[in-house]
Amino acid sequence: MSKRTIVPFGPQHPVLPEPIHLDLVLEDEKVVEAIPSIGFVHRGLEKLVEKKEFTEYVYVAERICGICSFMHGMGYCQAVENIMGIKIPERAEYLRTLWAELSRIHSHLLWLGLLADAFGFESLFMHCWKLREQILDVFESTTGGRVIFSVCKIGGVRKDIDQDTLKGIVAVIDKMQKELKELTDVFIEDYSVKHRLVGVGVLTKQEAHEVGAVGPMMRASGINQDMRKLGYAAYKYLDFEPVVENDGDCYARTLVRIREIYQSMDLIRQCAAKMPEGEIEEKFKGMPSGERFERLEQPRGEVIYYVKANGTKFLDRVRVRTPTFTNVPALLKILQGCDLADVPMMVLTIDPCISCTER
Amino acid sequence: MSVLRFSGYIIKNLFQKPATSMYPLKKQKCFDRTRGHISIDIDACVFCGMCSRKCPSGAIGVDRQVKQWDIERLKCIQCSCCVEVCPKKCLSMKNAYTAPSVGSVKDVFHARVPDNQPNS
Amino acid sequence: MVDKQTIIEVKVDELVDKAVLMKGQGYRLVQISCTYKENFEITYSFDKDYELVHYRIHVERDEEILSISQIFFSAFIYENELKDLFGVKIKDIAIDYEGGLYRVAKKAPFAPQNKEEEEAKHV
Repeated sequence: MSKRTIVPFGPQHPVLPEPIHLDLVLEDEKVVEAIPSIGFVHRGLEKLVEKKEFTEYVYVAERICGICSFMHGMGYCQAVENIMGIKIPERAEYLRTLWAELSRIHSHLLWLGLLADAFGFESLFMHCWKLREQILDVFESTTGGRVIFSVCKIGGVRKDIDQDTLKGIVAVIDKMQKELKELTDVFIEDYSVKHRLVGVGVLTKQEAHEVGAVGPMMRASGINQDMRKLGYAAYKYLDFEPVVENDGDCYARTLVRIREIYQSMDLIRQCAAKMPEGEIEEKFKGMPSGERFERLEQPRGEVIYYVKANGTKFLDRVRVRTPTFTNVPALLKILQGCDLADVPMMVLTIDPCISCTER
Repeated sequence: MSVLRFSGYIIKNLFQKPATSMYPLKKQKCFDRTRGHISIDIDACVFCGMCSRKCPSGAIGVDRQVKQWDIERLKCIQCSCCVEVCPKKCLSMKNAYTAPSVGSVKDVFHARVPDNQPNS
Repeated sequence: MVDKQTIIEVKVDELVDKAVLMKGQGYRLVQISCTYKENFEITYSFDKDYELVHYRIHVERDEEILSISQIFFSAFIYENELKDLFGVKIKDIAIDYEGGLYRVAKKAPFAPQNKEEEEAKHV
């Protein structure tokens, strides 16, 4: 047996925008074991619910993460609405879905850029982020914020989108789709890109189920599960199928996310076509009482909001179980037996969002 | 062909203008809905203090006695919660971003005291 | 169209058996969460085909419970979280950080820190 070495990876590392630390136990160049450690940016946002009123907590929930901010606000609102039995207007449901799908495109493009950066393809990274900028402009013109939208509120949404802007969004999406096709072809077909991704970090279907992987990580391993199929918001009116790949390697995870961008574009078109006229918010009275688990599909996978209310304006407990937190055991699984040089690739393909993880 | 897929882009980039704009020299365009900063029409304000109670980050301070309304610009998170709760609709969201600064900036507004009343 | 959610209350010593049963039926561990109300209220959620099953146990502050990370490996991360944030005593965790998963300034910040906070929770 050769000598074992422990190599620290992170919290500061070129591929990591956010701090996570891994102790990699190496035998020559092979990783035998990895021990993660997080908690560098833990903010205790779940505890803050005891000091903020339940209507105000939406703003806090949105600020859990800077990438999937809209869906955090939406998930929290949905949980409270379901406890209180509020039925939000159909138009609000569609608007939420529209913003959620735009968020998914922007998140996946950001991730594609980071992936390109991780294997040293800087110009591809720049181009992905250039495309993403168009989505951010759509956000700014419709909600007022580029990253934090503050448009979700309990009972509906705060801003409406008129018909012309909707057409504008669809036009942006159509234009983007052509440019995106050229970029994603590079990811799918380029020799050097494939060389870094194919066969690296394989997570079999069985393993994915055992370690409880979620989101694109799970779907890349052949498990057909997408929380959007639960039919929350306007997804019950829309037509789509979860994107599934079977290989379970880094390449499959990239493919799943690329195909999900196209799927989101399609969903946005469906939303724009089917959006009914009407109110955008439902007025409500009273305080929530009861508890509920609410599940949503974020760009990174399934997220769970647990809200426990006691009939006053302060909630007892809010818990957010974010997808990255659940994917950490899966990361440990794929790190076992890989080469040290592939570690950044694998850490990146779980799409780590450490701010989410450390609410 | 699976190699040199990106070369077309690279050659195009050589002859194109930069995609980014020269930011401080060229002013960035803002959308109508952009949440930039809060502004107040101080003469319409009745100093009820609703905005300061509802502000999630506690950036707004209201003093009814001396008729003062103040906001800490760096504490404000631009959620426009105060704009919604204001009963007199004297608060509004302007689309220009707050200017960058190195320390905390507190903007203080006082209600104008009419000439024929004694200054309390 | 809101689905009904039922939370099944179980005794502390039944929990491991339930976990084995869930594993045998092909369920996936979705999350473990904790709320402090007089005592720790720990909820284990399992999923199969978009259906959630919740098991809840009530644990006193000084009571020690068994980890289920030997059955569901991914439980280790949630159990360490409970340990760090609430100070729940859990033994035999697959990877035990001994309170080092989160770098928190004070021990068990989510559990009541003193008598007054404790009494406020008993209402």
